[in-house]
Amino acid sequence: MGKIIVVTSGKGGVGKTTTSAAFASGLALRGHQTVVIDFDVGLRNLDLVMGCERRVVYDFVNVINGEGNLNQALIKDKRIESLFILPASQTRNKEALTIKGVARILEALKKRFEYIICDSPAGIEHGAIMAMYFSDEALIVTNPEVSSVRDSDRIIGMLSSKTRRAVQNLPPVKEHLLLTRYIPKRVNSGDMLSVQDVQDILAIPLLGVIPESKSVLQASNAGIPITLDKKSDAGQAYLNVVARFLGEDPPPREKKGFLTRWFGK
Amino acid sequence: MGILKYFRALRPQKTATVAKERLQIIVAHERRLRQSPMFDYLPLLQREILEVVRKYVIVQDEHIKMHVEKEGEYEILELNITLPDMENRETD
Repeated sequence: MGKIIVVTSGKGGVGKTTTSAAFASGLALRGHQTVVIDFDVGLRNLDLVMGCERRVVYDFVNVINGEGNLNQALIKDKRIESLFILPASQTRNKEALTIKGVARILEALKKRFEYIICDSPAGIEHGAIMAMYFSDEALIVTNPEVSSVRDSDRIIGMLSSKTRRAVQNLPPVKEHLLLTRYIPKRVNSGDMLSVQDVQDILAIPLLGVIPESKSVLQASNAGIPITLDKKSDAGQAYLNVVARFLGEDPPPREKKGFLTRWFGK
Repeated sequence: MGILKYFRALRPQKTATVAKERLQIIVAHERRLRQSPMFDYLPLLQREILEVVRKYVIVQDEHIKMHVEKEGEYEILELNITLPDMENRETD
């Protein structure tokens, strides 16, 4: 049975969709059957970031309403074997997602996929609750910035009260902190919260840190998940996040000198 | 050492340090509110209690303090009303 992982943050613009695309493709690159679902009904964007916007025919809400079946709605990624995308509807609103409808689709997906990644909309309303409700684990995407940290804390509170696991008194949702858009230089000069600062405040285990990187915008411009960009520092950091998630212990990234860059290891 | 310490105190605090301190305070406050089921009616309760007290004594808004504390399994609602001294006390 597949594992459901929500990518959430409360605040918008911190990198949920980038993370969903990168994390899902990272898991698929490691050979795991993975599907990534866009829960941002009305404002779908995962399809653009994944570069499959022109292949959307049926969407998540169509499947819930029985207007199309799951196989018609799932888009198979053309680059990575074992990766599928379930796009959100662009014409409905978030109320179109119901607990019952979402439960039925996730149950079907759990039989077929090892990992089901749910890309949450921003906010703490219905759409965000639907995305987190059935989750087993959560990636809490946070920027080292006051409003993002505060909103993440809010979301952590909701994970422990508004999810199926909380309501049914099951073991809690496993939380992972993912710090994105991190600039070590600014941390060193004292004008950006450090990894340790954010961990002290949120008090959940750290899964990884993604550096602020030009390549993230370049990848989304082109519709390529950042994990497919071998040269990107952010892409590499996401691959490490995936490895750590799978229980491995990847070495911290080291800066290569120009000789090693030219002649390999 | 004393002089060094003095100059260090003069130097403005780094903004990341300020951010962390502000966050720690607000996050702790908001967590307390979340954990207390009373939080949504607390302001209304405070206003109504103040109205009742004011039937007998004139009390300023800032002289009533209310907070909820958690001790083990119990929640304690603490209410503090500072009454004005005798000269200022008026009753209808």
